[in-house]
Amino acid sequence: MDILAHLLPAAIAAHAPVLLVVIPLILAPIAALMPNGRLAWGVALLAAIVAAVLALVLLGEVSSAGVVSYHLGGWAPPLGIEYRVDALNVPILVLVGLIGLLCAIYALPSVADEIEPSKQPMFYSAFLICFTGLLGVTITGDAFNVFVFMEVSSLSTYALVGMGGGKDRRALTASYNYLILGTIGATFFVIGVGFLYMATGTLNMADIARVLAENGHTRVTEAAFAFIVVGLGLKAAMFPLHVWLPNAYTFAPSFFSAFLASTATKVAFYVLIRFLFSVFHPEVSFVAIAFTWIFAVLGTVGMIVASAQAIFQMDPRRVLAYSSIAQVGYMMLGLGMGTKAGLSAGLLHLMNHAMMKGVLFMALGAFALKFGVRSVAGLAGLGRTMPVTASAFTVGGMSLVGVPLTVGFTSKWYLIIAALEKGWWWAVAALIFSSLLALVYVGRMLMAIWMEEPPTHHGKVVAETMAPWTMTVPLLILAFANVYFFFDSAPLVNLAQAAAEAMMGGR
Amino acid sequence: MLDILLERFNYIPILILMMTGLYVVFATGNLVKRMVGLSLFQTSVGLFYINMAKVFGGQPPILPEGHAAPAGDHAAAAAGHVAEAALYSNPLPHVLILTAIVVGVATLAVGLALVVRIREAYGVLEDDALKAADYSDETGAAG
Repeated sequence: MDILAHLLPAAIAAHAPVLLVVIPLILAPIAALMPNGRLAWGVALLAAIVAAVLALVLLGEVSSAGVVSYHLGGWAPPLGIEYRVDALNVPILVLVGLIGLLCAIYALPSVADEIEPSKQPMFYSAFLICFTGLLGVTITGDAFNVFVFMEVSSLSTYALVGMGGGKDRRALTASYNYLILGTIGATFFVIGVGFLYMATGTLNMADIARVLAENGHTRVTEAAFAFIVVGLGLKAAMFPLHVWLPNAYTFAPSFFSAFLASTATKVAFYVLIRFLFSVFHPEVSFVAIAFTWIFAVLGTVGMIVASAQAIFQMDPRRVLAYSSIAQVGYMMLGLGMGTKAGLSAGLLHLMNHAMMKGVLFMALGAFALKFGVRSVAGLAGLGRTMPVTASAFTVGGMSLVGVPLTVGFTSKWYLIIAALEKGWWWAVAALIFSSLLALVYVGRMLMAIWMEEPPTHHGKVVAETMAPWTMTVPLLILAFANVYFFFDSAPLVNLAQAAAEAMMGGR
Repeated sequence: MLDILLERFNYIPILILMMTGLYVVFATGNLVKRMVGLSLFQTSVGLFYINMAKVFGGQPPILPEGHAAPAGDHAAAAAGHVAEAALYSNPLPHVLILTAIVVGVATLAVGLALVVRIREAYGVLEDDALKAADYSDETGAAG
């Protein structure tokens, strides 16, 4: 960790929090000006590398210094905007940075295949803006700033999802519906922040928490809480506010599905945790009620219903999309326990889920590139025609089910332990039942891949092939991470526990 | 009860506008009208912020003429000034809502651009017709 902190010269490291957001933002218009997709890809890759390095530097700094607080323009909080990196958001920053980097490497062949050449520079530019927005949401300590960055990332997300319209026109309606619901969510969030500002007179999240702790809660702050939970719930695709998600994931360009599935809802979920645990206090009565009766109950229902829905989908990406909703249910359940163990298990699952869904969507993108696979039946025999990609897909699928030797097992294990500590037997039962459903929908895809006959062309079996290395390498790195962090689970578990510790103190 | 409502009279039209906007979003099947509703909803949030910034009897937060603090004596002059015009409306929500307006305009632009593309691809703007077209896409792809 110390090595990470000293990766960069001190003069740059001192400004790491703001550079993390500003560099992708500045490179976005530069990417748009590039004459072709390949150069724009280079710019995007550069931005992603810088962001990933800066996120790792921040990880090093936080692990030695605790909290890194950066005052924008030298204005001290609460008057100025503060970028605040602590144990809770640094794992999310590293996650977004590294996944962003892997996705950026992966993007080149996939985007070249799916997006018109003239639009590729713009596409990468929009990707960088989305990346900026997600990093900004994660790093900022200012409630209104969260809204602005959330909309920065969301607006570019709508455009990027809509870019799938070149292949399938349903991407356009998916994007439109996402826009309507996403905007309603963001507006609800802004109303909630407005109520909080009314009650406290400040927008800095740490300061809001301080004022709320001193003045106590009123009807106004309760209203703020309700608006913020619903607004962020829409963004995080919490069951039953998830209706925008399946189509958006299914019809977005493959590369962007992978990025979206492993970062966007995670970041929204992080903001939710920040508000529930840090701004509001988990021991305030209405927050505690929301934990048990909203998050735990809806999370449990969500993880069963969405898993069941996933079984009946025809398109593999839609299967994974419904599974994502179920996984958000797991995180909600962990959070809803309201205990340190529960929160850290939820966070661990958040990180692990990003790795699994990254692998799975990337592999589907590779299948789509080579064979145009758009249905579960189309996966038939890919184990023989694309063995490397199919193996990575299998690792991701196993991890999603929670088979031992993969990270999916680790986080489900911690969730079950946390539920048992709390005495929630029903939650354990629901968890196991939902995992069995996951076994069915993942099994359905794996059966098609490994058991069925490979596709034939003019009576001959299609020759074995591989996706381009820019796609295969990130895919294999993520698949390896899925296994590696089972055997060496300490780094991730420590990060999650440190985050929970920072949120809940000694409790 | 009536007292409470009257005291907060300014919020009632805002609430009505807000809910009208939200209702339009859900009730209409036309994509353009839905954008209109969404805009109304977002704009009424702007009104909400502006309303909460108003302090009863407060002045606009502008330094009156002749109150420009002389250099060197800045702190003292500022302190005297604050004592004189302590009651002023909060300017911060206005600034916030400027940002929110920009976000709203950008959302409207992206939304309408999508509507244009949907119209090009489907030839219709009604939700039901779009759903029917999507459904035939899906069954066509499966069969």
